[in-house]
Amino acid sequence: MKVLVPVKRVIDYNVKVRVKADGSGVDLANVKMSMNPFDEIAVEQAIRLKEAGTVDEIVVVSIGVKQAQETLRTALAMGADRAILIVAAEDVHNDIEPLAVANLLKAVVDEEGPGLVICGKQAIDNDMNATGQMLSALLGWSQATFASEVAIEGNHAVVTREVDGGLQTIKVAMPTVITADLRLNEPRYASLPNIMKAKKKPLDEKTAADYGVDVTPRLTVVKTTEPAGRKAGIKVGSVDELIAKLKDEAGVI
Amino acid sequence: MMHFGMTDEQRMIVDTTRAFVEAELYPHEALVERTGHLPMEIIREVQAKAIAAGLYAANMPEDVGGAGLDTLSWLLYERELGRANYALHWTCVARPSNILLAGTPEQREKYLYPCIRGEKWDCLAMTEPGAGSDLRGMKASARREGDDWVLNGTKHFISHADIADFAIVFMASGEEVTPRGPKRLITAFFVDKGTPGFTVRDGYRNVSHRGYTNAILEFDNCRLPASHILGEVHKGFEVANTWLGATRLQVAATSLGRADRALGHSVQYAAEREQFGQKIGKFQGISFKLADMAMELKAAELLTWDAAWRFDDGSVTEADMSMAKLKATEVLAMIADEAIQIHGGMGLMDDLPLERIWRDARVERIWEGTSEIQRHIISRQLLRAHGA
Ligand SMILES: Cc1cc2nc3c(=O)[nH]c(=O)nc-3n(C[C@H](O)[C@H](O)[C@H](O)COP(=O)(O)OP(=O)(O)OC[C@H]3O[C@@H](n4cnc5c(N)ncnc54)[C@H](O)[C@@H]3O)c2cc1C
Ligand SMILES: Cc1cc2nc3c(=O)[nH]c(=O)nc-3n(C[C@H](O)[C@H](O)[C@H](O)COP(=O)(O)OP(=O)(O)OC[C@H]3O[C@@H](n4cnc5c(N)ncnc54)[C@H](O)[C@@H]3O)c2cc1C
Repeated sequence: MKVLVPVKRVIDYNVKVRVKADGSGVDLANVKMSMNPFDEIAVEQAIRLKEAGTVDEIVVVSIGVKQAQETLRTALAMGADRAILIVAAEDVHNDIEPLAVANLLKAVVDEEGPGLVICGKQAIDNDMNATGQMLSALLGWSQATFASEVAIEGNHAVVTREVDGGLQTIKVAMPTVITADLRLNEPRYASLPNIMKAKKKPLDEKTAADYGVDVTPRLTVVKTTEPAGRKAGIKVGSVDELIAKLKDEAGVI
Repeated sequence: MMHFGMTDEQRMIVDTTRAFVEAELYPHEALVERTGHLPMEIIREVQAKAIAAGLYAANMPEDVGGAGLDTLSWLLYERELGRANYALHWTCVARPSNILLAGTPEQREKYLYPCIRGEKWDCLAMTEPGAGSDLRGMKASARREGDDWVLNGTKHFISHADIADFAIVFMASGEEVTPRGPKRLITAFFVDKGTPGFTVRDGYRNVSHRGYTNAILEFDNCRLPASHILGEVHKGFEVANTWLGATRLQVAATSLGRADRALGHSVQYAAEREQFGQKIGKFQGISFKLADMAMELKAAELLTWDAAWRFDDGSVTEADMSMAKLKATEVLAMIADEAIQIHGGMGLMDDLPLERIWRDARVERIWEGTSEIQRHIISRQLLRAHGA
C-alpha cells in the first residue's frame, strides 16, 4: 500500500512571533521555519507502518512557497521515499487555505492512488484543523481524526481518538484519511546517514495550476493582535481568602 | 562564485544535531558539572540514542560506517555538539580519531570498527611532562629488540585514557642527521589496555570541561610486536599530519557552538532584565557589547567555514586553520566573559551554563596548539614567502 503524507512548512514552534506593523498577520521575514510538528508525527507514523510491512511507499507532499522543499527534504531524511512540491505562493505570508489545500491533495490522490492519507491534525500557524476533514469529504473516504493510536487491519483501520474527556476507538473502512494528534508517537531524529541519502531521493516540482486548482483566498483576515500581556498577580493572606476569591471573583469553584 | 548559504543537508544536520544536544545532552549537564563525573549508565543510555540517530562516529567515511560528511558539514555538526558539556558529547556522541583510518586491514578490524560501533574508545598520546608544544623533543622511546619493540617513558594530559580501551602512542624511535642538526624520529603504536608494562594513572584535576578526564600513561619495558605500529616505522608524525590535519578546526567549531550559546543567553537576558526602569539591553553599555559579541562570532565563523571549505577543496594552508582556531578560541573567551558581565551576579552562578562556558573556554587556547603556536604558524607562513 502507498501512503500519502502532506507536510506544511510553518514558523518554528520555538520562535517568539511578532505581529506585522499593519496587523495583517505574523511577520515571517527571516524567522526560522520548520515542519509542522503534527506533520512530523504523521511522517513518523507512515515510517512505522512501512517498517511493520503494512506500507511499501511513502509519498510526502507540500503546498506553499518554493522553500517548502526544505520541509520535504526533512521528511525524506526521516524516511519518506518520494516528494512532491506544489508551488502555490510566492510570498511566505500567503497562507494557502484548507479548502485549496484539500483540493490539491485530492488531485494528488487521484494521480497517485494511495490507500491511506495521514495528515497532522492541524498546522500550528493558523490552527485551522480542517484540511484532513475536507480532503476526506472531497474523496468520499472515511476519516479518523485526532489519532493517538493506529492499527491497519486489512480493509479496516482501528484508530484511537483523543476526544474531550477521554479516548474513543473507532473502526473505519479503508481507504481513509487519518489526522495525527500529539500522543500518536515521538518522531525520530533524521539520522545523519539518511540526511545524506535524502539528496538522492526524487522530489517533483509542480504548481497549483498544473492541477487546475484555484488557490485564491476566500477568507479575509480582519486583524491580527498580540495576546494581552500577563497581568501582575496578587498575594493573598490566607487559604480562606484564596478560596473566597476563586469563588467570588474568578468564579472557578 | 562565492556562496555562503547552507545546503539542505547541512541545515538538516544542524537541526538534528541541535535537537539531539538539547533533548539528550543538556538534561545531564548539571549532574556532570556538579559531580565532575559522567556515570557509565548515562554514557550507555545516550550512546545508544546517538547510534540510532546516526550521530555517533559521524566524522567517519560512509564505507566504514560513518556519515560520510564533507569537512564543512562535519564542523557544523561539531559546532552543535560543542554547545554541550564536553564529557557528554565526547563520550556519548564519540568521534573516533581519524588517524584510525591509517591502519592496516587487521588494525581496522581490531580498533577502528569497534570504535565506530561504540564498543571501544580510543585515546591519543603525544604530550609528555617535558614535551608539549615541542613534541619532537619527546623523551619516551621505542627500542627495537628482534621483531619486537620495547616502549619506555611517560605521557601526560591524555584525554579520556581512563575509559579508553587502547591508546595510540607516539614514541621517539631514533634520530636522523639533518643540515639543521639531529632530529628525532617518531613512531606511532597501538597499545592495548592490560599490556604488561603499560599503566594508566589518574591525571590532574582541571578547571575546564568537568567530567572530561585526563590521565598519565606510563611505559615500563612495554613489549609490542611490530604489528602494533600505526603507519611506518619512524613516520609517526607523517601519519599524524595526514590524518589529524583538521583537528584544529574541530576545536574552532566546538568553541563557536559554546560562544553562540553564551550569546543566546546574553541577548535574551538583556531583552528581559530591567534595572533603572528599563531593559538593560537599552543601555548602550550593554547593547554595544552584544553587537561586538555577534560581530566577532561571525568573523570567527567565517574563518572556520572558509578553512573547512578549503580543506576539501585542497587549497587550505596551515595558516588558514591556525587563524580559525586562534580566532574562534579567543572569541569564545571574550564572549564568555562578556556574557557573565551582562548577567551581573547571576552570570557567576551555576544555575546558568555561563560560568562553566567561561571556565571551559580556557583550555581551548592551550590544547591542539597554544595561541602562541598558532601565531607562530601564521607568521612563519608570511615570513617564509620572503625567505625569512
Ligand atoms: C585538558 C587537556 C587535555 C589534553 N589532552 C591531550 C591528549 O589527549 N593527548 C595529548 O597528546 N596531549 C593532550 N594535551 C596536551 C596539550 O596538547 C598541551 O597542553 C599543549 O600542546 C601545550 O603543551 P604544554 O601544556 O606542555 O605547554 P608548553 O608547550 O610547555 O607551553 C608553555 C607556554 O610556552 C609557550 N610556548 C611554547 N613554545 C613556544 C614558542 N615556540 N613560541 C612562543 N611561545 C611558546 C606556549 O604557548 C605556552 O604559553 C591536553 C592538554 C590539556 C590541558
Ligand atoms: C558572590 C556574590 C556575593 C554578593 N554578596 C552580596 C551581599 O552580601 N549583599 C548584597 O546586598 N549583595 C551582594 N551581591 C550582589 C552584587 O552586589 C550584585 O550582583 C551587583 O550589584 C550587580 O547586580 P546584579 O547582579 O543584579 O546585576 P544587574 O544590576 O542586573 O546588572 C546586569 C548588567 O546590566 C548592567 N547595567 C545595569 N544598569 C546599567 C546602566 N544603568 N547602564 C549600563 N549598564 C547597566 C550591569 O553593569 C550588568 O552588566 C553579591 C553578588 C555576588 C555575585
